Amino acid sequence: MRAFFQSDLWWSFTRSPVTVASAIVAFICIAGAVLAPVLAPHNPFDLASLQLMDAFKPPVWGSEGDATYPLGTDDQGRDMLSAIMYGARVSLLVGFCAVIFSTTLGVALGLLAGYLGGKVDAVLMRIADIQLTFPSILVALLVDGVVRAALPRETHDQIALFVVIFAIGISNWPQFARTVRGSTLVERNKEYVQAARVIGLPSLKIMAQHVLPNVMSPVLVIATLNLGFAILAEATLSFLGVGVPPTQPSLGTLIRIGNDFLFSGEWWITIFPGVALIIMVLSVNLLGDWLRDALNPKLR
Amino acid sequence: MMRRMMLAAAMLLGLGMAADALAQARVVRWAASGDPNTLDPHSQNVGTVSMVLRQIYDPLIARNQRLGLEPGLALSWTQVEPNRWRFVLRQGVKFHEGEDFSAEDVVFSITRALAPTSNFGIFVDTIERAEAVDRFTVDIVTKTVDPILPNKLASIFMVSKGWSERHNATRPQNTRQREEMHTVRNTNGTGAFRMTAREPDVRTVLSRNPDWWGWREAGNVGNVTEIQFRPIASDATRVAALLSGEVDFVLDPPIQDLNRLRNAPNTRVVEGPEVRTLFIAMDTFRDELLYSDVRGRNPLRDLRVRQALYHAIDIAAIQRTIMRGQSVPTGTLFPEQVQGFVREEDVRLPFDAARARALLAEAGYPKGFEITLDCSNNRYVNDEQICQAIAAMWARVGVRTRLNSMPIAPFFAKIQRDDTSIFMLGWGVPTLDGLYSFQSLLATRNGAQGDGIWNHGRYSNPQMDALVQRMKTQQGAERQAAMREALRLYREDVPHIPLHHQVVPWAMRSNIQMPHMANNEPQFRWAVVN
Repeated sequence: MRAFFQSDLWWSFTRSPVTVASAIVAFICIAGAVLAPVLAPHNPFDLASLQLMDAFKPPVWGSEGDATYPLGTDDQGRDMLSAIMYGARVSLLVGFCAVIFSTTLGVALGLLAGYLGGKVDAVLMRIADIQLTFPSILVALLVDGVVRAALPRETHDQIALFVVIFAIGISNWPQFARTVRGSTLVERNKEYVQAARVIGLPSLKIMAQHVLPNVMSPVLVIATLNLGFAILAEATLSFLGVGVPPTQPSLGTLIRIGNDFLFSGEWWITIFPGVALIIMVLSVNLLGDWLRDALNPKLR
Repeated sequence: MMRRMMLAAAMLLGLGMAADALAQARVVRWAASGDPNTLDPHSQNVGTVSMVLRQIYDPLIARNQRLGLEPGLALSWTQVEPNRWRFVLRQGVKFHEGEDFSAEDVVFSITRALAPTSNFGIFVDTIERAEAVDRFTVDIVTKTVDPILPNKLASIFMVSKGWSERHNATRPQNTRQREEMHTVRNTNGTGAFRMTAREPDVRTVLSRNPDWWGWREAGNVGNVTEIQFRPIASDATRVAALLSGEVDFVLDPPIQDLNRLRNAPNTRVVEGPEVRTLFIAMDTFRDELLYSDVRGRNPLRDLRVRQALYHAIDIAAIQRTIMRGQSVPTGTLFPEQVQGFVREEDVRLPFDAARARALLAEAGYPKGFEITLDCSNNRYVNDEQICQAIAAMWARVGVRTRLNSMPIAPFFAKIQRDDTSIFMLGWGVPTLDGLYSFQSLLATRNGAQGDGIWNHGRYSNPQMDALVQRMKTQQGAERQAAMREALRLYREDVPHIPLHHQVVPWAMRSNIQMPHMANNEPQFRWAVVN
């Protein structure tokens, strides 16, 4: 712990007020989402607690605002603040899982391609090239569409969350794979790797124990930046109505539902989830930017 | 030089003609959320289809602006014998493609509507056959006495025999098998407009048929020369299109935007009741409920449970928030425009959550139970939101409700397999006679034409069946007494939980004048564009 506080990383962190601020905001977002069942004033999924007569209440500062519902209510009388906290939970869950999935896949394939080279490298990198020519949101839509068509509705609803995680994760692995491959190509010819090879260690062991730790720092940067992308991708999918099922609405679902009421003056139903999404993604991206700069030796 | 002058002259002529056409063109660009899934006149008894076909085809008996019966292609009709109706036809009528309209087209159309692939069986269920007496007289022979035959025939469009035979379309298209035939994309009616372009899901263009008989009728000042129909599924886009002037008439504006539309310049909202009633139907047949946690018995067979679910619904809250006042809460099966309506029977069980809990406890479910509510999400005004609200209201009295909302295609398929324990349905009454509702929704299904064909809760009460048989044959006061008795039984037995009659607003540019129709089918023949 002490070593961490004395590191360059910590030093550069404390020197950047924007980074400190965004770290605090990101922390609040994540804490609010994770602790939603404890912190949220209402449980928007408990049907028995909904009061239809409280529907369409404006935020507390509006003329008909109600202190029980600080950010107003939606068309079913659900508290917007609670719905956003619970929705952020789904968004973050999907975001984190998708990033972990694409990181694992991308790093593994990148290591293999870089270390083994030859045909394996050629095949894997061409696949990555092909996938990079598609916008990643299109790949995610494609995966979701195929799964939706292949599975019956009931089954699909049950595993919808996993489908979205898979769809977003799979659309993003080439970035990781290409970066890791590049670093591995450099590391492969270094003396410590050759030494390991000379004493007869198996390739897998060399990759995992010796090469991997030395190629991880750029991966961390990409992963952080990708978290923001994954959250946005999930919101886009849900906004288009192909993401998580409406029974567990994410921020994107909330924005989509609220969109129907934008013309009629009930702006808070869509604006607040949108603002929450922007704040969350912005803070994560600022952190990622800082991490990239801090780990870049050229900028030191 | 000569050439240039000729060119200039041609351009001038062209300009003049264009200006002339502009002065006369009265185009209405019409948007609605859905597109007809076929244009076959006897294949789909669905509002989205008939609202377009009604511009193109004429029935024997038409409906006026208040939905009363008036002569269409038949000038008069009389019941010459109890089982025989005689229709005297209008002479000199031509189909859009030039064929003369005569008695054999009527016989052909009725026979076509009787075919197994027809979706209009409920309107011709009592008909045995149609006979041409002479070129302009037709007899329709019924199997039983049918006092409301004229009401039913107002829903059967007349097609040309020769045209249908030429194009291999002598029977209706089989929609369930997605059959492809000439009538799916082509029309040939006798009506006020003829179709000039059709791109499914994109646009349908109808042009004025100058030879239509109705233009000469007294009092018809309709001046529309062209209708351009465009389906726009997204609510927000449809409203934006009207506000920006991209369309002139929106059949189904979302109700949350009505205030904005009323206040917008050059836009008008016309409201009126629709002859369509929303209700929740319950499975009162199975011994064990589907999609529930109750084993070995069906709580919905217990009257007290059905009453409890009824008491739990706060219809005033639904009317105020979800429908924004655009609904008429009801306790009966159909609205007052329908023959047979009895005001004293239009009484709801009051909203009373405590009473609901007590009834559930009395029936042996003090802790409630779990149930799955099936619901459409793109058919009726705010259908999904209504179901969500009801699920919450039931949850509050202990009935844990899972909501299963679907687009109409899978929803109708599911309930038509009886694969449901409780579902919401909206029922329109095109014949404007109560029998249509009783027969389809409450009679025991017996394989006969029309009886219980939409009774997917399989409610069955011999008393109700006897009353339905009485309504089919009796007339006058006796028939009205049967209706009254059936409505009382409906209130007592609670086979459904009635919710409300829909109110349908139409939004249009303020230069369009047209009567609001309670069947939610605009009639552009009566529209005036200034």
